[in-house]
Amino acid sequence: MTIRSGPFTRRESKRATRASTVDEHVPSGRGWKRTTWIWIFLLPTMVLYGVYTIYPIIASYWYSLVEWNGFDADQRFVGLQNYQQVLRDPFFLNSFKITLLFMLLVVPARVLLSLLLAIVLNSPKLPLVGVLRSAFFIPVVTTTAIIGVVMRFVLDPATGPINSVVQAFGMEGIDFLGNQNTVLPTAAVLYVWKFFGVTMIYWLAALQTIPHEIYEAARIDGANVRQIFFHITLPLLKPFLIIITVLTIEETFHNFDLMYTLTGGGPYFHTEIIEIYIYRWAFAASIPQLGHASAAAVLFGLLVAIVGAIQLWGVYAARRMRRSNP
Amino acid sequence: MNTQTAAARIARTSRRQRMTRRLPWWIGAAFLVGAAALWVFPFVWMVSASLKDNMEMFTGGLNLVPSNFVWSNYARAWNDAHFGRYLINTVVVTVVTVVIVTVRCATCGYVLARYRFKGSRIFMGILVATLFVPTGYTIIPVVRVSMELGLIDSLAGMILALSGAAYVSAILIYYGYFKKIPRELEEAAVVDGAGFARTFFSVMLPLAMPVTATVAVLTFITTWNSFFLPLVFSFSRPDIRTVSVGMQAFVGETATDWTGMTAAGVISILPVVVLFIFLQRYFVEGISGAVKS
Repeated sequence: MTIRSGPFTRRESKRATRASTVDEHVPSGRGWKRTTWIWIFLLPTMVLYGVYTIYPIIASYWYSLVEWNGFDADQRFVGLQNYQQVLRDPFFLNSFKITLLFMLLVVPARVLLSLLLAIVLNSPKLPLVGVLRSAFFIPVVTTTAIIGVVMRFVLDPATGPINSVVQAFGMEGIDFLGNQNTVLPTAAVLYVWKFFGVTMIYWLAALQTIPHEIYEAARIDGANVRQIFFHITLPLLKPFLIIITVLTIEETFHNFDLMYTLTGGGPYFHTEIIEIYIYRWAFAASIPQLGHASAAAVLFGLLVAIVGAIQLWGVYAARRMRRSNP
Repeated sequence: MNTQTAAARIARTSRRQRMTRRLPWWIGAAFLVGAAALWVFPFVWMVSASLKDNMEMFTGGLNLVPSNFVWSNYARAWNDAHFGRYLINTVVVTVVTVVIVTVRCATCGYVLARYRFKGSRIFMGILVATLFVPTGYTIIPVVRVSMELGLIDSLAGMILALSGAAYVSAILIYYGYFKKIPRELEEAAVVDGAGFARTFFSVMLPLAMPVTATVAVLTFITTWNSFFLPLVFSFSRPDIRTVSVGMQAFVGETATDWTGMTAAGVISILPVVVLFIFLQRYFVEGISGAVKS
């Protein structure tokens, strides 16, 4: 009996594993009852997501073609005139430039510095690893809009703690946020500080995909720390570099909270990112110009979409890379 | 006796060796602890400032320990600056949004993962295409829609708009998890006479508990910290501000009350930090999911 049960259970378990993953022939809506349930389950997402995400994406295009202050029902169709105005507006071009410049400032810092820290924090021999990881991650969970306000105090040229240190060395206080030359780099440093932890967690997840046996084998073969880093860790991380970089780029587009509370776009538009530009035309102006703001929003959406398309291509390339060197 | 001392000497030297071998790690750790202390300095400063009086605040420089603890800053932030009310608003908005988002993402991910039906591919395609839609892009129509539905200037409208934001990644996490659950479990439930909804709520959803925790925690943090939507939804209704909007208004009203404002900041940030400390695991899981998938 024990002899017979061997092959039998093996075949049985094989069938079980085959059945256990959802196969290709999932029942395709057997009966109206099941179909009804399926759509009931999808309904909350369809309604909320449809009204507050899909519809706005489409409606933005319509809004961008009309002249409209948002109060009256009166919408006058003006064709591409809003786009012409937006593209001719030096302030829009300025905000476009600042959005890209900000991205160039923060993405390398976030991606590369957090990689170094993640590698250090990934080593099993380091004491206090848990506490350190939490400390570097904690700015991420705090409310960005509140951090923006508090940082205005921390960076205050006269009485803020940072300038107290500067003054203790006998130097003049620096007006980090009031000076046109320092404001963008300062905002970039704060942004990196605030969201550094996210990229660090990305890298730690990537590092954990490298099995420990590889390191052990390399050590037995006599490889030193530098060789291990350059010949094992880095090549294996390369596909992740693409994914993490594009995720980070996408995240830098969502920066309204910090910029608006920290600088409000100032001084004199030197930190006015596109999101603040849109906000200014749609909500902060005494007579809102929703058409103009929507045209800017559509152009912003296109920028994000283009980067998103590059991302999909990048992820595809990264997958191929991972498959070719397993 | 002799052998004992020899053994002790060996033990001692090996321990010393181990210590010296570990020494670079401890030095590295000490260095990192210093860096981490600098990293969290703004928060330490904020707590310290919230307990000083305004005079000391402007003259005290770097001294982190207040000369006497001024708890009245908190009373001022709580009552005069209405942070008590803002905190209640934020809790209501966050909790309701978390419930709505978790339920809708769970049911959506479940159906997409386990059933093939007309339109399922298109549905999935649209979801993935909108993975990164910035709020700045959708904000104008969102406000218009809410005005037409009579939901602008209300907490309910704010909650619905926040729950309707993309959250595609949450759906995808559920999708991936439900896809892996063996079919037999579902069949067993059906044999036991459970219908579609019963199968989901009493078998599948409990199984997805870790995913639910991750999604709930991430949604909590996103909603608690959200600023753009609550800002435009409370323009003409100061009483429905959330803490993040309230802070901005506080600065606009009394630009010099730094101690009151830092106290308000502590009131607003403390809940999320406490939540993070206890549920750290789920944060990390949710964030690293983006890289793995």
